[in-house]
Amino acid sequence: MSVSPEQVRHIAKLARIAMSDDELDRLLPELNNILGWVEQLGEVDTDGVEPLATVIDQKLRLRDDVVNDGNIRDAILANAPEAQHGFFAVPKVIE
Amino acid sequence: MSELTDKTIAELRDGIRGGEFSAREIAEAYNTAVAAARTLNAYTVETPEDALAAADAADKARGSGELGSLAGIPLGIKDLFATKGVNTTAGSKILKDFKPPYESTVSGNLRKAGAGMLGKLNMDEFAMGSSNETSAYGPVISPWRRKGSNVGLTPGGSSGGSAAAVAAGIAAGVTGTDTGGSIRQPAAFVGISGIKPTYGRCSRWGIVSFASSLDQAGPMAKTVRDCAILLEAMAGFDPKDSTSLDVPVPRWEAGLSSNLKGKRVGIPREYRIDGVPGEIDALWDQGIEWLRDAGAEPVEISLPHTKYALPTYYIIAPAEASSNLARYDGVRYGLRVEGVKTLDDMYAATRAEGFGDEVKRRIMIGTYVLSAGFYDAYFTKAQKVRALIKQDFRKAFERCDIILTPTAPSAAFGIGETTDPLAMYLNDVFAVPASLAGLPAMSVPGGLDGQGLPLGLHLIGNELDEQGVLNAGLAIEERAGFTARPEKWW
Repeated sequence: MSVSPEQVRHIAKLARIAMSDDELDRLLPELNNILGWVEQLGEVDTDGVEPLATVIDQKLRLRDDVVNDGNIRDAILANAPEAQHGFFAVPKVIE
Repeated sequence: MSELTDKTIAELRDGIRGGEFSAREIAEAYNTAVAAARTLNAYTVETPEDALAAADAADKARGSGELGSLAGIPLGIKDLFATKGVNTTAGSKILKDFKPPYESTVSGNLRKAGAGMLGKLNMDEFAMGSSNETSAYGPVISPWRRKGSNVGLTPGGSSGGSAAAVAAGIAAGVTGTDTGGSIRQPAAFVGISGIKPTYGRCSRWGIVSFASSLDQAGPMAKTVRDCAILLEAMAGFDPKDSTSLDVPVPRWEAGLSSNLKGKRVGIPREYRIDGVPGEIDALWDQGIEWLRDAGAEPVEISLPHTKYALPTYYIIAPAEASSNLARYDGVRYGLRVEGVKTLDDMYAATRAEGFGDEVKRRIMIGTYVLSAGFYDAYFTKAQKVRALIKQDFRKAFERCDIILTPTAPSAAFGIGETTDPLAMYLNDVFAVPASLAGLPAMSVPGGLDGQGLPLGLHLIGNELDEQGVLNAGLAIEERAGFTARPEKWW
């Protein structure tokens, strides 16, 4: 299975990465190369195998539902490209 | 003062305690060495005043009996660890001016033990690379050169700045991170030791995320003992990391022993692969003899799914990366590209400008394998093969206590020599299986190849058996007698 130029364009859109036609042309064979290579996993019989998500067996812990942090608004905003009135500011979304 | 930078962390620690020299003398020697080695491009930020402050605190506390285990030891910190008020870029342009308002748990633990920071260490962008060439801040140049050549070599990656710093004597020890070999391959390339502990031993809190089910921090240093000292300070349960293991930290340094009597060393037959230089296979055979000499019994084992480890990794790691790196959107921190109309355009333009080629490639792969219609065929399939790889190791450890392999399929290569992404990925063929299985693994120097470049041996242990890994590493270190250092040209 190989990806088409349209699919690569669609993936770039999903990934929110702007790409010129030249870049897409360059990326297409690279992606197909890598995807063609990973397809060898198809040879492996995985019937009845549980997918592994947690590599070392452990239970997820719960903590008490209490505030244990906070009042650090200015520290959080300190790295924002644009902050206004104590908020992150973004380009206008709604007219 | 150059001799102070030749000493191991254990020697520096004991020397400070014994009054042989002051911590300030050590920090000054290192600060001078760091400033004189800028050609290597190992540091992205230098923080000499931080190293001096920790040294002065150590000198003041000397004699009080309150000295931390790393009091006055100057370390380099990989630029993937958030350091409070000090630029943390992850080797990426998208985090160029990012100054974290907090400290990562691991670097904080090292500070609590009294260590000072010499600076932040260059790395492949978001730890995606095996040569340090993907850094937005230029490649690190290895202090090593081939015999009779002045071609610039890579120190490996992604912890390439970390590796180069230890090898060049511009840090007493360093932090690295390892997602698929990023501590072990660079350690092998520059002739030093480095250990990736069991997944969950070191907190991931405050480490810029790449692939969260694989990322682990670990130390790199001149000797196995130094790695044990550093790891003891770095590791420990942290409630702020949901996958942190709530288990006690063993006293690895005190437990060091190179007597391997009664231990069985597994030699996986699938790791004999075509295209690996004969010198590497020969060193592997030598390693088996060294461990036999230390009292261990070699046994042949099989890890049948070995050849599927790399393709499995190159589905899982990009998938997790594409998800983790969605946070770089030009809103809360990092780069923002202005001058576009909509919010969506701002995201796309910012990410296009802020990410380098390899990061984009992996985000694209990851986005594809997680997208509707392909998720099961790629991602779920890879998770199932990962389960089989884990099972291979589980079965192998019924027959042996430790596994010995080469660390990397080649010695260090030249900057710009490997341009095909797939060829670059193959560098981690021996390192990736242990990562997928979450197991502790270490590289120790074994010898030099015909070009005069270091080669490493790789030890993989069972879950939580860092002690077994360190002990086998020590047995090799004592027998290899590896004392070669790069000749200073910088």
